[in-house]
Amino acid sequence: MKLDEHYELFRASCLRFAREKIAPFVEEWEEAELFPRELYLEAAAAGVLAAAYPEEYGGGGGDMLHGLIGVEALLTGGSSGVVAGLGSLGIALPPILALGSEEQKQRFIAPVLRGEKVAALAITEPGTGSDVAGIATRAVRDGTDYVLNGSKMFITSGARADLVSVLARTGPDKHGGLTFFVVEKGMPGFSVSRALKKTGWRASDTAELGFDGVRVPEANRIGDEGSGFVALMKNFQHERLALAFYGHATAAIALEDALAYARARSAFGRPLVGFQVTRHKLARMATEVEAARTLNYSCALRVRDGDYLVKEVSMAKNFSAEVAQRVCYEAVQIFGGMGFMRETRVERLSRDARLLPIGGGTTEIMNEIIAKGLGL
Amino acid sequence: MKILVALKRVADPANHNKVKIPAAGDKIDTAGLEWQINPFDLYALETALRLTEDGKAPKTRLGEVVAVTLGPAETETNLRSALATGADRAIRVDTTDDALDGRLVAAALQKLVEEEKPDLVLMGKQVVDGENNYVGQALAELLDWPMATFAATIKEEAGGLLVGREVDGGVSTLRVKFPAVVTVDLRIVAPDSVRSSKTAEGFKYPYEEVRFAPLPAIMQAKKKPLAVKKLADLVGGATLSSKYVKFEAPPARKAGVKVKDVQELVQKLATEAKAI
Repeated sequence: MKLDEHYELFRASCLRFAREKIAPFVEEWEEAELFPRELYLEAAAAGVLAAAYPEEYGGGGGDMLHGLIGVEALLTGGSSGVVAGLGSLGIALPPILALGSEEQKQRFIAPVLRGEKVAALAITEPGTGSDVAGIATRAVRDGTDYVLNGSKMFITSGARADLVSVLARTGPDKHGGLTFFVVEKGMPGFSVSRALKKTGWRASDTAELGFDGVRVPEANRIGDEGSGFVALMKNFQHERLALAFYGHATAAIALEDALAYARARSAFGRPLVGFQVTRHKLARMATEVEAARTLNYSCALRVRDGDYLVKEVSMAKNFSAEVAQRVCYEAVQIFGGMGFMRETRVERLSRDARLLPIGGGTTEIMNEIIAKGLGL
Repeated sequence: MKILVALKRVADPANHNKVKIPAAGDKIDTAGLEWQINPFDLYALETALRLTEDGKAPKTRLGEVVAVTLGPAETETNLRSALATGADRAIRVDTTDDALDGRLVAAALQKLVEEEKPDLVLMGKQVVDGENNYVGQALAELLDWPMATFAATIKEEAGGLLVGREVDGGVSTLRVKFPAVVTVDLRIVAPDSVRSSKTAEGFKYPYEEVRFAPLPAIMQAKKKPLAVKKLADLVGGATLSSKYVKFEAPPARKAGVKVKDVQELVQKLATEAKAI
């Protein structure tokens, strides 16, 4: 697949950032379960943080494919957690960009794109996930404010977010009663209930957030009351496509490591690649990576050009997540005992990949969407 | 100031293990290699950009930077990358890697310099593939221009440059008059290594590397001029004056050992490595 040269130059820039600013520190950040906040500033300065956002708010003026290529390239640094943490703005800002006023965009989006503030998106709750109709966090109007009560779960960058795009219930209608608000750090009643410890994506902070009578001024309501659901659905398109890219990119790194190891490691007097079983395993892995990458890019190009591809994006997300599972599993198999050791990258990749069939809507939810798209 | 920066593409040093030598040993198999600009030449590009700006944001351009490379059509990607990083225009001399040696490159650059008439030619002190450390010096000789090699600091002054070079036991400082040829070392990208005539007193760059190209600059790069010239038009019928006879891969390195303390290290250095 031949892309315009500017995509490749941007990819080269992101690969360099991953090689120089992420890869050397990944072990340390994974163990610390956090990366330094300065990385946001460095990523902004290097132009890799906000490439896909409009220039009037400090972005790079690129399109969504630049954003996806950025994800794919930054993952070569070896940590999904770092990319997810750096990239939490990618799910937090689109509702503001789509529905917010000019004043809100300047106030909320610009400092995040400069890397000065961290943004998070808060949809999931302890009691509800993909079933967003079940959202129980309430925003009740009181004068010119809204009073927010509830809690949000599994929030990427939640512990250190300066602003959180929170989806809350403002009316009884299942979908039409949902509205986005920007809750800012320091608002009385807004707290980080706990930082969560995870199987993978360890370098990213993930938190449960509490809202206890938080007074949110009307100026922080994004769009009209009830406009949240449609914006969320559009957001899901991009989030799922991004997760599909995580899938093939994670699998590609596992394949690269497995190839190198199988060439270097000997057993029974010959290198592992001297065994047909290993060669065929690697051939199968490479085929799956190629298939996932091709499907993902084909969806991405169509979405970039304006298609609204609910079914195909769900397919891409599912297929790519499954490929990541299988390829990482086989890569660990090729590494044998070393694949179970924290010092190898395939060990981390196999843990990081486990999120992919869950986050952004589970495989089962995706299958329901695909089935609906088939008219079932 | 007008600066010509000479760039050479090299096999990505991060993937050097992809370099293959066929059994015949008559060439290097370049199939499947990933290419990037020689790191020292990138430092030269960064130097040229710093010499033609005031360091303030947004930066004001104070001169022109022309990026030059010699190579096949795919090296235009490397030139576009240089344009995205900030060069104003680019020239590719159409040829292939195996049709070149240092002498031909210097001769071709000489002709380009005579056409372009820059105040300064910048390039890396050497290329990380062949490590010949040749072209800068040869070019200065052909042009009969002053030269400074291994520049670690550069300060622009009236009609020339003050160049600091790291040498054994200290720093040697050279004053070169324009026009000149300067080759740069890696320290040239330190925050305060390069000062143009307009760089504010006390200004330091907030980074110690070659700048990243932001996306708007990448998008603009394709609109910047990129001229193509034929090698024969520059060097006439000149042919290779040196020829590679045989290539051999270095012997594979043996695995190292971990030592538990300094005592064991010293003992191994003395008895096994016989290094002390």
